Amino acid sequence: MTTVEETPPVSAPPALKALPGWSTVRRLLSSPSGAIALVVVVALVFCAVFAPLVAPYDPVQIAPRIRFQGPSLEHWLGTDQLGRDVLSRVIFGTRVAFKVALSGTAAALLLGLVLGIVAGLGKSWIDGVLLLVCDAMRSLPMILFALAVVAIYGPSMATLITVITFSMAPGYFRVVRNQVLVLRNMDFVVASQSMGASLGRVAITHLVPNLIGPIIVLIAMDIPAVIGIESGLSFLGQGIQPPEASWGTMLSDGYSFLRQAPHLAIASGLPVIVATIAFTFLGEALRDVLDPKSSRGR
Amino acid sequence: MISYVLRQVGLSVGVLVSAIIILFSLIYLVPGDPATIALGPRASEQQKIVFRQSMGLDQPVPVQAFHFVSKLATGDLGTDLLTRQPVLRLVGAALPKTVTLALTGLGWALLLGVPMGCISAMRPDSMTDRLIGLVSTSVVALPSFLLAIYLLIAFAVTLRWLPAMGAGEPGDIGDQIQHLILPAFAVGLGWVGYIARLVRASLLETLQENHVRTYRAFGVSDTRIAMRYALPIAMIPVVAVIGVGLGNLLSGAVLVEVVFSRPGLGSLAHDAVTTRNSPVLVGTVLVTTLLYIAANLSTDILSALLDPRLRKEA
Repeated sequence: MTTVEETPPVSAPPALKALPGWSTVRRLLSSPSGAIALVVVVALVFCAVFAPLVAPYDPVQIAPRIRFQGPSLEHWLGTDQLGRDVLSRVIFGTRVAFKVALSGTAAALLLGLVLGIVAGLGKSWIDGVLLLVCDAMRSLPMILFALAVVAIYGPSMATLITVITFSMAPGYFRVVRNQVLVLRNMDFVVASQSMGASLGRVAITHLVPNLIGPIIVLIAMDIPAVIGIESGLSFLGQGIQPPEASWGTMLSDGYSFLRQAPHLAIASGLPVIVATIAFTFLGEALRDVLDPKSSRGR
Repeated sequence: MISYVLRQVGLSVGVLVSAIIILFSLIYLVPGDPATIALGPRASEQQKIVFRQSMGLDQPVPVQAFHFVSKLATGDLGTDLLTRQPVLRLVGAALPKTVTLALTGLGWALLLGVPMGCISAMRPDSMTDRLIGLVSTSVVALPSFLLAIYLLIAFAVTLRWLPAMGAGEPGDIGDQIQHLILPAFAVGLGWVGYIARLVRASLLETLQENHVRTYRAFGVSDTRIAMRYALPIAMIPVVAVIGVGLGNLLSGAVLVEVVFSRPGLGSLAHDAVTTRNSPVLVGTVLVTTLLYIAANLSTDILSALLDPRLRKEA
């Protein structure tokens, strides 16, 4: 595996002032794809936060008399096999998608950050062991591993988030570790250490601020993958459990009634497409803004 | 070169052993009673005892670990809890089907993605480049199983051009190919975008190097420089990155198999998880992990054969 040998990127990290702020957002908005992606993502977040206000109906309200209705003025995306409004379920599904994506990513980030700093600053054998574990985690096939864990622990949101955390953490670990290896020899870090700053202080005041840029890019790039895993596992019936509306469980319902009511599957897939594409473009635009060096190839 | 190969083999074995340890600890060292978790709170005490015995959970942890590893070493992945068949045989039967699907998907993605990346890199920032960039970025993160569902609705259910379910009649190659088209398209589309972007970035970088400038000074045409001299060099990192992505390829293929009801690892794992048949799942994960590590080892050695600099770095 070359990955163990990978040398850290030699791009010198920018100084402290590179903390992302309003200027980042302004530059982000200056590229058309970045601006559109940001607007879509903000709209999705809005839907997730204010789902009860945005959704026209109760997402779990059953109405057997209007089952399998196609899109109409009353029900924009039609109704499902129990007569529930598909649009409302899609909107509430945004909540679930973000809940899983944000908690999974946050936990993975924390784990990767702590272990990455430990590996980057610590003894070389610690670094070696952590790298090996990280490579081993990455060599486990994600979906099959998730199914194996579900077979033991049973399907639930907690299992889902745990699996996502463990599968995403190695990515953050690697980025953090490689950046720390570059940073720890920079003058401002060495100076701070020679003035007697503790390891924790160096990590918080010098390392973390310089890591925020690459991490933000990685988060935006990872969220589509997390949404894909969540909807994939829920589609298999092993992620979010009904009656809670998640895009994956809705896709699973739609798949069961594919011939009878194809609009169900089509409508439940749309938010997944919109969310993954928006986050991918947002990630690309963020990378161009926060890390101009790596975008040379683009 | 030999020392490089030995080193890589050693590292791969290390990664494999760590992966086995992780898998063992995540699956056998669960907090609480695994039998209750697996069978649900309503399971009778008798069922739990049978489950613990069948999984070897009634023994101390080091003994469990020892059994786990010593059985693995002899190729024994345990037995299916329902059919009592050896897991290795089940996985062995399903694996080639999934690998066929995955490689077909990757194959057509390479055929389309590499030329797309080349065209992009040769005319950076042109309209064509921007268009290709837009398309590649859009498809790169689309979950393949979702694409599979849409393809199923469009081409199998509505238009009826292609078959919807299964892998085709055994022995009938034409039928099998027909059954492979939609799933392979779904598995590969994201990879088209991924490969196009990788090739573009790598080729752009190679085109800036000194030897390329020399060719240009000698009056070699741009197309010839790109295709004959730059592309082979640019493909080396691409091959390595594809190697790392093989796990995702397999995960995609597994889900697509379920959508198209194709036999393979996907349906095996799906059936196993609905019946809580964990030995089958653990066996599937182990075999695919081994496959992934072996594939990565091969791409590493292949890259080192192509690029002598990589051997020295190690």
